[in-house]
Amino acid sequence: MSENELKQATLDYALRLGDDSLVLGQRISEWVSNGPFLEEDIAYGNVALDYIGRARMFYGYAAELDGERSEDDFAYLRDEREFRNFLMLELPRGDFAFSQMRQLLVDLYNTLFLAVLVASNDQTLAAIAAKAIKETRYHLRRSREWVVRLGDGTEESHRRAQNALDELWGYGHELFEMDALEQRLADCGIGVDTSLLRERWRSMLSEVLAEARLTMPEDGWAVRGGRAGYHTENLGHLLTELQFIHRAYPGCRW
Amino acid sequence: MKTTADETRLEQRFQQRIEQEQKIEPKDWMPDGYRKSLIRQISQHAHSEVIGMQPEGNFITRAPSLRRKAVLLSKVQDEGGHGLYLYSAAETLGTPRSELIAALQSGEAKYASIFNYPTQSWGDIGAIGWLVDGAAIVNQISLQRTSYGPYARGMVRICKEESFHQRQGYEIMIALAHGSPAQKRMAQDSLNRFYWPALMMFGPHDSESAHSARSMQWKIKRETNDDLRQKFIDQTVPQIEYLGLQHPDSEISWNEARGHYDHGEIDWNEFYAVINGNGHCNRQRITHHIRAHEDGAWVRDAITAHNEKLRKRAQQVA
Repeated sequence: MSENELKQATLDYALRLGDDSLVLGQRISEWVSNGPFLEEDIAYGNVALDYIGRARMFYGYAAELDGERSEDDFAYLRDEREFRNFLMLELPRGDFAFSQMRQLLVDLYNTLFLAVLVASNDQTLAAIAAKAIKETRYHLRRSREWVVRLGDGTEESHRRAQNALDELWGYGHELFEMDALEQRLADCGIGVDTSLLRERWRSMLSEVLAEARLTMPEDGWAVRGGRAGYHTENLGHLLTELQFIHRAYPGCRW
Repeated sequence: MKTTADETRLEQRFQQRIEQEQKIEPKDWMPDGYRKSLIRQISQHAHSEVIGMQPEGNFITRAPSLRRKAVLLSKVQDEGGHGLYLYSAAETLGTPRSELIAALQSGEAKYASIFNYPTQSWGDIGAIGWLVDGAAIVNQISLQRTSYGPYARGMVRICKEESFHQRQGYEIMIALAHGSPAQKRMAQDSLNRFYWPALMMFGPHDSESAHSARSMQWKIKRETNDDLRQKFIDQTVPQIEYLGLQHPDSEISWNEARGHYDHGEIDWNEFYAVINGNGHCNRQRITHHIRAHEDGAWVRDAITAHNEKLRKRAQQVA
């Protein structure tokens, strides 16, 4: 890769990671004042804040590489097809079991992903990962505890937790599928080869599921396309809400 | 069994401690009326923090920049935290949180009526931080000296965070007031809608206030509604001037002799109308709280069931 190509690839990569963080942060923030009790409203606010902070760091780096656009330009002025987040993250928040189960799948993934990214040859990405991984360890402690409580709680909570896992399962595959851009960056020690994380992810997950008395679903279905901008219908509505004010008053400072 | 004479002696000693500015602590003897007043006031304060998360939360998903989104999230999270300290302070008086929440949901307990007003624009988020939190701080600074120890200590911590909240609100207003013409109109509109309700937050005039005299005697309240309101009016005038916005009160004028601003009369009919259920959001706020609470019932049941299972398994092993 030429220097310019590398720069462009790194920018695109930072945007993808920023999109993942923003979209999940936005979804989680919907829980504020909707949690099952006050402590959970606060906890959700905290996790959402971590993800919004992460989005700002990734977009901030992308802006630096881009030289023209700002973090807010990336967040507010791109349309659905330009977003590159994983599909799982844009799904509606669902019930408490759905949100916690998604969080567990994502937290396990991030635990592994960020542990590799901290050693990236790109120092900025490494530094972001170093900060993010500390947050993710807390997130994982929480989502893990919740999934165990719900799975091994009442009949209803067990049913809801198992449903959530079944509903999410098909969106998990693309987390471990590499496209050309990601492969090139992994080859030069900047990006993470996520295909190598899958087995470890499955085994960590199966430990939690065993404790939660939940069943790992069959691999019968897979929906993919987030990294190519091929989204579910949920993302457009999420962006509509996120971007409305910013777009309604173009060119303003806030 | 305590005699009336004993009671009188206890009450006298209690009032003496109050006069000497000693803090009353949870295990100390206190008159029933003092306990009830405190539970009413502290729980109302806690409920206000929690219900206040709704109008501000209304703009978390729409905040116009990522920085503003992060700041707002953090602020709303702080309000939840204040709710928690305050519920804990109220619990030291012997009423569990579940009872306090039941009273909120049944309408028996009140919360600050300001949160019955809708947030309609991003400017409202600025106005709430600046004016509503600003008014709350004026009141809470005075409550740092309240006679009940846990409440006073809670207020010290809460005041620190609230002053950050007020600054973030005023910062939003500065950006709007110095922004595009449309942003400036947004700022003026929010100021116009939230200014008077913010003044009403201090409660009715002293002469009309149901609980004031007693609360002052017990030093639960340290300054009167009207004195606190005047402080807020005085501090807000230069802030409005700095923004270059028009003051919503056309009668506002400096009174050299009093050393305060004279001001127009509050529309008390509106105040009572909103308190009595005619605000845009009275029903919405409580319905929302009840809905979230009911939606979460199976989650709370799951925790209980899980803990019970763990306990039984531990017993079997032992």
